[in-house]
Amino acid sequence: MDFWTLTNAVASGLLIGLVYGLSALGLSVIFGVIRIVNFAHGEIMVMGMFFALVMFRWLGMDPLLSVPLAAGLMFVFGYVLQRVVVSRVSHLPEHMQFLLLAALAIMIVSALLLIFGPDAQGVEVDYAWESFAFGELIIDYPKMFAAIAAVIVASLLLAFFKYTTTGKAIRACADNRMGAQVVGLNVDRLYALTFGIGAACLGAAGAIILLLFEVHPYLAPGYTLLAFVIVIIGGLGSLFGALVGGILIGVSEAIAAILFQPSMKTAFSFGLLILVLLLRPQGLLGKAAR
Amino acid sequence: MTSLRLFFDPLAPAGLWLGGAFFLLLLLLPYWGGSYVMTVATTVFYLALIGQSWNLMLGFAGLLSIGHALFVGIGAYTAAYLFAAIGLPPIVGVLPAVGLAVLMGLLIGYLGFRFAIGGVYFALLTIAFAEFVRVMIDHASWLGATEGFFLKVTEADRHSVDLVNLRGTPEMYYYLIMALALGALVLCRYLLHSRLGYYWQAIRDDAEAADALGVDVLRYKMYAVAISAGMAGVAGVFYAFYQNSLFPEIVFNIERSIEATLGSIVGGVGTLFGPIFGTFILTPLGEIVTEAIDLLKHWQVIDPETRLDGLKLLIWGFIVVLIVLFKPRGLWPWVCGRLRLIRTEAES
Amino acid sequence: MASLLKVAQVSKSFRGLRALNDVSLDVAERGIAALIGPNGAGKTTLFNVIAGVFPPDAGSVRLDDADITGRRPNSICHSGIGRTFQICRPFSQMTVLQNVTVAALRGSATVEAARTAARACLEMLELDARATQHAANLTLPDRKRLEVARALATGPRLLLLDEVMAGLRPSETDRMVATLRQLRDETGLTILLIEHVMRAVMALSENITVLHHGEKISEGPPETIVRDPAVLECYLGDQDP
Repeated sequence: MDFWTLTNAVASGLLIGLVYGLSALGLSVIFGVIRIVNFAHGEIMVMGMFFALVMFRWLGMDPLLSVPLAAGLMFVFGYVLQRVVVSRVSHLPEHMQFLLLAALAIMIVSALLLIFGPDAQGVEVDYAWESFAFGELIIDYPKMFAAIAAVIVASLLLAFFKYTTTGKAIRACADNRMGAQVVGLNVDRLYALTFGIGAACLGAAGAIILLLFEVHPYLAPGYTLLAFVIVIIGGLGSLFGALVGGILIGVSEAIAAILFQPSMKTAFSFGLLILVLLLRPQGLLGKAAR
Repeated sequence: MTSLRLFFDPLAPAGLWLGGAFFLLLLLLPYWGGSYVMTVATTVFYLALIGQSWNLMLGFAGLLSIGHALFVGIGAYTAAYLFAAIGLPPIVGVLPAVGLAVLMGLLIGYLGFRFAIGGVYFALLTIAFAEFVRVMIDHASWLGATEGFFLKVTEADRHSVDLVNLRGTPEMYYYLIMALALGALVLCRYLLHSRLGYYWQAIRDDAEAADALGVDVLRYKMYAVAISAGMAGVAGVFYAFYQNSLFPEIVFNIERSIEATLGSIVGGVGTLFGPIFGTFILTPLGEIVTEAIDLLKHWQVIDPETRLDGLKLLIWGFIVVLIVLFKPRGLWPWVCGRLRLIRTEAES
Repeated sequence: MASLLKVAQVSKSFRGLRALNDVSLDVAERGIAALIGPNGAGKTTLFNVIAGVFPPDAGSVRLDDADITGRRPNSICHSGIGRTFQICRPFSQMTVLQNVTVAALRGSATVEAARTAARACLEMLELDARATQHAANLTLPDRKRLEVARALATGPRLLLLDEVMAGLRPSETDRMVATLRQLRDETGLTILLIEHVMRAVMALSENITVLHHGEKISEGPPETIVRDPAVLECYLGDQDP
């Protein structure tokens, strides 16, 4: 393996990793605030992918243009889901919440299967095969654009939490739910907003990733797992950690794909996961317990 | 006989009669049910065995596993491989199979519990390991990789009753899995009322308080994982020799792990009979939905050409959502209360 | 009389915040001692250090001359210290009897023996009528009693009681005081309690330690403590007694 093969793999892994990071951000936001692990994570993301696919088929819309629409649609979906369904199980033990979301995930996959069938489908944009070249470093347009879009959405999200009143209020809820209630914040509404925002991340990530991969309903559990691995590596509940974890996984998968077989790449990320758990169980950027 | 009486102690007369009649019906199933009913009933007991194993972890000790297919799969592949490679009969092969499943459970437990970071980590680890092992076997050509691992079955095998090599008629498999599932029930009943059971429930309800009362929390959590993984491993051995074909995509699929949890949750997590009861409702329900769809197609109500791949699971998922929202403690406690199957104020 | 518990120069900080500063404390064998002080004085922190919830930054804890500093809670329990939690932590899905049986299993060979021992503890705390109830359904006074019964069932030599009388009505407090005194007299138990209810503290304890801002400001028999100007100032100056 020569230098440029490796550099190309790292570059492409880094770009895809940014999209993974955006998706993991969606998981982290929801867990960090509502303390619920969203087991329907990959399913919501795949919904975003299918939405972008439909827009491409009907209107010839570039998936990147669908990003705000997909984000908006999934925001509404997430908001309603939290308000109508998930909020009802907040008092139940963890495993019941898991079951509810897992059942919802099964329903989403089944519904997608009924509507779109089990076959893989993709979009073909004009610039699909074009690329930049810096010496022997070659970067495909789709990957480049996908990464840029992911960074924009992620920055908007981080800025939202940092600068807006609502974002600050949500962070207050995450720190201390009771305290937030005492000072008069409408926690139920903020939770619904949070789930909506998390789902919007996934919608955006889904539309973006459609530029790179084909979509089929059974893709969903794989994305859920990937996001789990990323947030555990990055630190559950840490937003920045999710991005770092995403890049790490993207790069390590790309390297694994050229070192071993491409299909071994998931095993490689799990290896990384176990390593992180052994050496730094709270995740790279997570806070230690207590 | 005293132990049997003790076992049924909490059952009220109505429960004893109903349970007894149901048991008799199942015992005589090969004489009244066709091969289809036999297959469904075998699946039910198989899932009930896994469900009880899962319930032991979550319902007794408060440890959520969402990768239980891992332990089943390890048991299945180990026994199948040893049988195919060195001719080790499964009745012996079950030992290394269970051993490996237990070791895997202990490894995950160690990683997850060591720093007491919280339940979510352990849960995510179980699913991550299940996926990890799946990918590994996908690439292990000596285990058939994605092509699958097959056990030879001769025509003579199908008519024999060979418990040593687990070769025989559908009736043999049915009675075997029934015995295993009921054995698991007895084991769970015994454990729940032993020192282990008391400590597990204490840890489940409040680990810190249990710690202050002298309970070695880490150690007893590890026991729970080990015993549960071992039970699932036994189920895996049965699966391997019942199906005679193993595919990583199927054995380690997340859906298998979710399937393992459903019966218990529908029946009632933490109850003794819940996992069995829930499986007896869910599996036939799934079959009924499939049959109903086929009938509708047959009657041309639905165009027979339409592909309805996801419909069954969609309905299934919906039922689970309804149960979580409206009967979160499961159906078994509710049915018990309604039919007075269990003595109230049962001091157990 | 010899001391059973010796806490020597214990300090503990949380993220730079001094919760305990050089606190020493002795509890005499078969004695009843109290730890008082305003909210946030570090009383529960000291309990947690003794019970092994977290190790002290400095100092040592000895039980009957054996060093138990920094041991894990279950090991501390085995060495003979039983504790209650300020906020009751019953095993809510288990019955009252099962709750206490968990604790009694430590010193019993069989589950049956533990249940018998647990029943005895329940009787001592007048909880026997509640034995088959789920712990989640208990009233506050009964929960407090359950906490004590559970700690007692571990067969401790030293009992750490964290505000077991808070929220009780005066008549219930008197009952608890009588129970605790009887326990000491009959079983030779040593008791260290954190308490805000002065009526109980005065009636029960032979020795009182006063903490304020993580430091020991006074120590002595009840009569002396109530006249100590430093104690009066910390109580009257900071908050209502």
